[in-house]
Amino acid sequence: MSGKPVLHYPNTRGRMESVRWLLAAAGVEFEERFLEKKEDLQKLKSDGSLLFQQVPMVEIDGMKLVQTRAILNYIAGKYNLYGKDLKERALIDMYVEGLADLFELIMYHEFKPANEKEKDLANIMDKATNRYLPVFEKVLKDHGHDFLVGNKLSKADVSLLENILWLEELKPDALAKFPLLQSFKARMSNIPNIKKFLQPGSAKKPLIQEKDIPNVIAIFH
Amino acid sequence: MAGKPKLHYTRGRGKMESIRWLLAAAGVEFEEEFIEKKEDLEKLRNDGSLLFQQVPMVEIDGMKMVQTRAILCYIAGKYNLYGKDLKERAWIDMYVEGTTDLMGMIMALPFQAADVKEKNIALITERATTRYFPVYEKALKDHGQDYLVGNKLSWADIHLLEAILMTEELKSDILSAFPLLQAFKGRMSNVPTIKKFLQPGSQRKPPSDEKSIANVRKIFNI
Repeated sequence: MSGKPVLHYPNTRGRMESVRWLLAAAGVEFEERFLEKKEDLQKLKSDGSLLFQQVPMVEIDGMKLVQTRAILNYIAGKYNLYGKDLKERALIDMYVEGLADLFELIMYHEFKPANEKEKDLANIMDKATNRYLPVFEKVLKDHGHDFLVGNKLSKADVSLLENILWLEELKPDALAKFPLLQSFKARMSNIPNIKKFLQPGSAKKPLIQEKDIPNVIAIFH
Repeated sequence: MAGKPKLHYTRGRGKMESIRWLLAAAGVEFEEEFIEKKEDLEKLRNDGSLLFQQVPMVEIDGMKMVQTRAILCYIAGKYNLYGKDLKERAWIDMYVEGTTDLMGMIMALPFQAADVKEKNIALITERATTRYFPVYEKALKDHGQDYLVGNKLSWADIHLLEAILMTEELKSDILSAFPLLQAFKGRMSNVPTIKKFLQPGSQRKPPSDEKSIANVRKIFNI
């Protein structure tokens, strides 16, 4: 029992990736137990380890936390990435929830059938460039600070960086119209904990490859 | 301008209903400005009042808050319905996410084709009785207390009551295997602020009828 958080999920990004990002940004080392086949998920269910029979699940501080948002809120609160008061938390929550909506679209993109992919990507980029990215560009412009809320790193910044980088994997010029987001991305990427997470060999997961998709789907169905 | 919180949404339940529940349970009076037609939504968008061009939006404490969870977390925090520390908050968050998933399934039903709807009603019933309600029944059984977390009313209890009542509208005997949830429902319904909210004439909204669903489709283009 090392005392490090233990993450239970398949060896892919999915809903666990935001948790990996936040722990890494907070400088917290963690372990991972990968679900490789259906039986692994079954075992966790039969053990009574999954409150609602679902992963992500994170063992942390004597709890078996489930539900991505509950996990992220706990980590953010524990490691001071959640603002200094209720109002800062409100802003962080608004930004993170908006990004979560965008993330839902992005996350499922790789799983779309080939004939739907182009239209799906167009929809994602439309939402990103017209609804979400302008909001964060404006926030940074209005206060001129390095971070989204309270002039201090928070889970909103980590979530924004994560989404920006994934968008750029899908379309390299995603940030073309957003100069402040481009400099935000550069600044954030240089924060030591984050820089480390962005290097090869870290716990950051690559985009899922087509050949691995059937295996991941099989675990859950 | 201290003022009451002001809710911007359609007259239906939708994503705003949990917010109405939480404010009511906290004993907070609020005003509502209803979106009756597409132009009302457009006006809010053009005013720059909607951060992501979406409702719910709640004017509260000088902010124009959007995103249902952000609004609920703020209200819960402000009115001491969010536990006493990080660990209690984690439990409340987990429980609320469960009831959110369940209620989300029910909320989607009016917008589905008849055959999909029938299949989903069966799925909802199964999930409610095998995935979700057993969790809350067990939580109450294990600690033997009146409330889900920390022996004190929290957002988790209010959200669970809302979910129970919503599921019962779908299948009236859904709690038949859950005696502690039945007692919980009885107790919670008698909390004065909640009892008031459950009475006719309150701001609690009824389930949507076909006409209001058609209007919602028009307003949101869905």
